[in-house]
Amino acid sequence: MNNIAVDIENVSFRYSANATSTLSEINLKISEGESFGLFGPNGAGKTTLMSLMTGLISADKGSIKLLGRTIGTKKKIINRFFGFVPQDFSFYHELSTVENLEFFGAWAGLNSKEIKSRTEELLKILGLVDVKDKQVQNFSGGMKRRVNLAIGVIHKPQILFLDEPTVGVDVQARHAIIDYLKDINKQGTTLIYTSHLLSEAEELCDQIALIDNGKIIVQGDLKELIKKNGHENLENLFLDLTGKDYRN
Amino acid sequence: MFKLWSTILKDVRILLRDKVGILLMFIMPVILVIIVTSIQNSTFQLINKNKLSILICNKDKGLLSEQFILAIDKIGLFKVDQLSKNADEIMINDQMHRFDALLTIIIPTNFSNEVKAKAKNSSGKALKGFGLQSDSLIENKLSVSPLTLYYNPIIEESLKYSVQGALGSALQLVETRETLRNLYFSINEKPLPEKLENEMLNNQTKINTIPTSHNGNKIVPNATQHNVPAWTIFAMFFIVMSLGGNVVREKISGSFIRLKTLPTSYLVGLLSKQITYLMVTILQAFVIFSIGVWLFPFINLPALRLPNDIAGLILVTFICGWCAVSYAICLGTFAQTQEQANGFGAVSIVILAIVGGLMVPSFALQGAFKTVINFSPLHWCLEAYQGLFLEGGKLKDVIPNLIPLMVITLLLQFITILGLKRKNLI
Repeated sequence: MNNIAVDIENVSFRYSANATSTLSEINLKISEGESFGLFGPNGAGKTTLMSLMTGLISADKGSIKLLGRTIGTKKKIINRFFGFVPQDFSFYHELSTVENLEFFGAWAGLNSKEIKSRTEELLKILGLVDVKDKQVQNFSGGMKRRVNLAIGVIHKPQILFLDEPTVGVDVQARHAIIDYLKDINKQGTTLIYTSHLLSEAEELCDQIALIDNGKIIVQGDLKELIKKNGHENLENLFLDLTGKDYRN
Repeated sequence: MFKLWSTILKDVRILLRDKVGILLMFIMPVILVIIVTSIQNSTFQLINKNKLSILICNKDKGLLSEQFILAIDKIGLFKVDQLSKNADEIMINDQMHRFDALLTIIIPTNFSNEVKAKAKNSSGKALKGFGLQSDSLIENKLSVSPLTLYYNPIIEESLKYSVQGALGSALQLVETRETLRNLYFSINEKPLPEKLENEMLNNQTKINTIPTSHNGNKIVPNATQHNVPAWTIFAMFFIVMSLGGNVVREKISGSFIRLKTLPTSYLVGLLSKQITYLMVTILQAFVIFSIGVWLFPFINLPALRLPNDIAGLILVTFICGWCAVSYAICLGTFAQTQEQANGFGAVSIVILAIVGGLMVPSFALQGAFKTVINFSPLHWCLEAYQGLFLEGGKLKDVIPNLIPLMVITLLLQFITILGLKRKNLI
């Protein structure tokens, strides 16, 4: 049996004391090496849960452990284990791809030799060799997404959090990103992924959880869940469980 | 150390690519220093070298008014032009405008006779005091009709008082001469000899003016010595526009989210910004001082004379720069948006500069401002620089100015760390 990569127990969170709960009594276990999808309508609490798992915000109640260590303590050790690819472009637009990778690599705890070899490797894999010295601000959306991903994986994290990593990119760039993610997942990296592109999610994820109104409404093996609920794909399952009403 | 070095490299690269920021940090202060020093230098020359243009309308027909005009001319402060005796107020206004004159003096019709009568009466009183008989004593106090002084409202109060004082001296000279002549004639029954008169009236004790200094070198203050250090401080603190905005931009950008998830404290980022921008402030001072030393003589401005204690100058610049950087980072930590950081930053630096004596001399401040001045870091920077540049002091002489500056800097650092902790950023 695989070890637990992420262990969430009874986690609740709200943004202010007067607000209604954003997340309520969340329990979730994600095994090492899984490719885990976290889905839900807008405002369901996916990004909040991801922020809690990466230590960007602290839970009001409950505990979150990454590879057995409680998040929020010993940041220097725990934060080496995971990488984060936020939905927003999280790099310095004034710098080139190489300069960004050099800087974030150093902050991720790599030495200059490791940074150099990883940079060369990632530039090749993600097709950024030709533009490695150009300022990122002049890149297309797809190129920026690849840079965003490269920075998140520069330190070869054991767990990789991906918040809509392919939003707004063309088919080619999306395929390149998904292929790379499948590849690192095969090599043992645990992926925790959110997206509204459910066909892409089906391609990438084996385990999923659906969140709505701050609660997990269903979780388990993707194929089993689709079959068990009598649907053809994830999108139909999603609509069945979360309804067709607009969400804010 | 590698993390810090990588971060400094990142900050330097971003800084060098921010053309507007560089313009604000280097070009603008240089332009400011040149313009302000040129203007102040013109004022210095106007007061110290050029003569003030004045007009005199002499309605009197006697000799004493002519002597009075001569005495005014001899003061050396004025360039005198005379108006026609019949000039009225409209004509005076018109002529002041035409001659670019700041003042017009109207000598009243009976000036000579009245001064003579007053002098005769004064000498009579003096003779009576000596126990001698006098036929010229009038017990009632005699007065001379007042002179009238029209002035251009643009002249400052202090200059107006200086002019009034100078005119009073000239008037005093005329009256004293006439009294002396009367006294001498009453006692000796012959006119006062010219040689004796000159000896008594013109042989005034001279006043030597010497600027004070710590090291005995007499540094003559000029617009350059006053302005270059002052506006260098202003330039250093004005990096708030670039650095404050930079901190906010990083804080609200996506990159900060990623930084928070990496196993490195944001304090490394702050330390890097402090080192990078401290180098910028030192470079600013180097550039502006170099311009003062080498460029100013080519544009007809007095060259900047650097203090003898160069090590002291470097240390003072370092501490001033550190304080400026600390202020900018503190502001950037608390500002929510770049607009807030830029707006508040610019206005606060101008206020601190005014309060600190960069724009208005601190001795001119009154009341509560005398206390407020101590809270402006720019004031302590200016005091330290003036100690070196104007008073010829050494580092030990300006340490009393550096201590409060260090206290303010450490306080700003402490507030920044508290702010970052409160916002869960470190």
